[in-house]
Amino acid sequence: MVRFIIKRLLMLIPVMLGISLVVLILIDVTPGDPARMMIGAQATQEQVEALREELGLNDPLPIRYGRFIWQLLHGDLGTSLMTKRPVATEMWERFPYTLTLVVLGTTLSVILGIPIGIYAAVHQRTWKDNTAIFLSLISVSMPSFWFALLLIRFFGVYLGWLPISGVDDWKGWVLPSGAMALGLTALIARQMRSDMLEVLRQDYITTARAKGLTEGRVVYRHALKNAMIPVIMVIGGIFGVMLGGSLITEVIYSIPGLGQYIMTGLYNRDYPVIQSGVLIVSALFAVIILIVDVIFALVDPRIRSQYTRKEKRKAGRQLAKETKTVETS
Amino acid sequence: MRKKRKQSRLLEVWHQLKKNKVAVVALFVLVLLFLVAIFAPYLAPHPYEKQNSKLANAGPSREHPLGNDRLGRDILSRLIYGTRQSLQMGIVSVAIAAAIGILLGSVAGYYGGWVDNLSMRLLDIYQAVPMFLLSVSLAAILGPSLRNAIIALGIGTVPGYARIMRASVLTVREKEYVEAARAINASDIRIIFKYIIPNSIGPLIVQITMGVGSCILAGSALSFIGLGVQPPVPEWGAMISDARRVMREHPTHALYPGLCVMISVLACNLLGDGLRDALDPRLKN
Repeated sequence: MVRFIIKRLLMLIPVMLGISLVVLILIDVTPGDPARMMIGAQATQEQVEALREELGLNDPLPIRYGRFIWQLLHGDLGTSLMTKRPVATEMWERFPYTLTLVVLGTTLSVILGIPIGIYAAVHQRTWKDNTAIFLSLISVSMPSFWFALLLIRFFGVYLGWLPISGVDDWKGWVLPSGAMALGLTALIARQMRSDMLEVLRQDYITTARAKGLTEGRVVYRHALKNAMIPVIMVIGGIFGVMLGGSLITEVIYSIPGLGQYIMTGLYNRDYPVIQSGVLIVSALFAVIILIVDVIFALVDPRIRSQYTRKEKRKAGRQLAKETKTVETS
Repeated sequence: MRKKRKQSRLLEVWHQLKKNKVAVVALFVLVLLFLVAIFAPYLAPHPYEKQNSKLANAGPSREHPLGNDRLGRDILSRLIYGTRQSLQMGIVSVAIAAAIGILLGSVAGYYGGWVDNLSMRLLDIYQAVPMFLLSVSLAAILGPSLRNAIIALGIGTVPGYARIMRASVLTVREKEYVEAARAINASDIRIIFKYIIPNSIGPLIVQITMGVGSCILAGSALSFIGLGVQPPVPEWGAMISDARRVMREHPTHALYPGLCVMISVLACNLLGDGLRDALDPRLKN
């Protein structure tokens, strides 16, 4: 297991190197001079040139790339062109907000989506199932930013129950996480439903029913565990959607998180921010996927046994080798 | 002879699809949207950019059935013209993504070995970035415009198509007819384009249909944050963004364009579901 995790973490390195190279090249080939952006339009050409030299923008691409990686290894993500503060510090301050938002949104969609999916599957081909499917299809098809605005209009302005922006207390988190969770709840519910239907058709479910177990016991004790596995897979991907969605949600609800930070960086062409932002969010995404995969392996005894069996096999081989050496010597 | 068989396969799918009423309605809605986009100048009661400060934020009237926005522009006309932008974003970006994906997937799947390995590792890098973050960054770096938004969406969604295509090609390349083609010394390019792609494209059709929906959705989000269609050209997402300023007093201004997005995306999703059942009736539960 530990070996598996280490291997996966090592595989991340080339991926991250690739991402940062691509972002660097993209920024390089697009028009617009960051130095010019920094000191404004009235600066003379000499001033811009001097600043370019100071920022190291005139160096060839491989040197800049090497410098970026070198700094990255020292935990330095560069300095924001706009705020003149270290990007690493700024991102670290903003990280908890995004993490809270993503975790809240995912938790909400899991808590809602799984029961809805089970409910729909158990009531297959009835109006309850049809309603659930239809509602989930509608939620998947809705623009989430639009839904976020409607939530603000209804709960914030019309009813006045919840703040329309900012996250000063727990109330502020309700609408953003609700807006984030909508489409993903529907996604989880659909996945849960189809997996549940698949599992309910299996022979061991028939056996469980034949034993005279109550339907509730059959569904929750025997079917659910098996139907959960593909759902967990979906949840991993959902974090990626959430991290992407946080870009817009954080702007709409003025949450000072990573998404808002990257958006500001993009508008200002603040390239150290863009570069590090894309890199860090992707790394975060990769780590989350890895965690999901590990959970997946722990939950599913079939996958778990693959690792142990491999270890055992190796141990067996080791033993055989040793006995052989003992015999020959 | 071959043409006839191709037609009969299409007809078969169509017959299956016809049984699914929801999918037929979805197809009808999509055709309707297409027609609206093409004939927008004839359907729209007013020019989309015509401002009338007297009618700013006016409610519905006989002249302007859905009212006017904060600059006094006719909302209905803007919605009708907006269909063009949204459909373009959906269809063109999926066309770009699918074309690259099909090519990459079939080359990787057909040749296997290091070609396959290299392209799959490239896709790993690609997919490590959350898709929407990738599209937003591309659109922002390329500069905000409809064309760049389409490119950004297209490039951002390649991996899904490439992977499905590759998986499909892996099964097709072992078929006898590919071996036969190789036996008569057909070139690799010919085999890929004449035998591999037509025979392995099936599973991609559902993905493409739903992809149009998700690109319309993501495109409206890009326009919403100002990275897509630029004013005064109307686009649904941009209209929602514009309506934010008067959200408190006139929530309906944001309501209509959102509904338009929802209906078109819903239609794509329902048609995709229907096509999946029609193409492979076994999957239906």
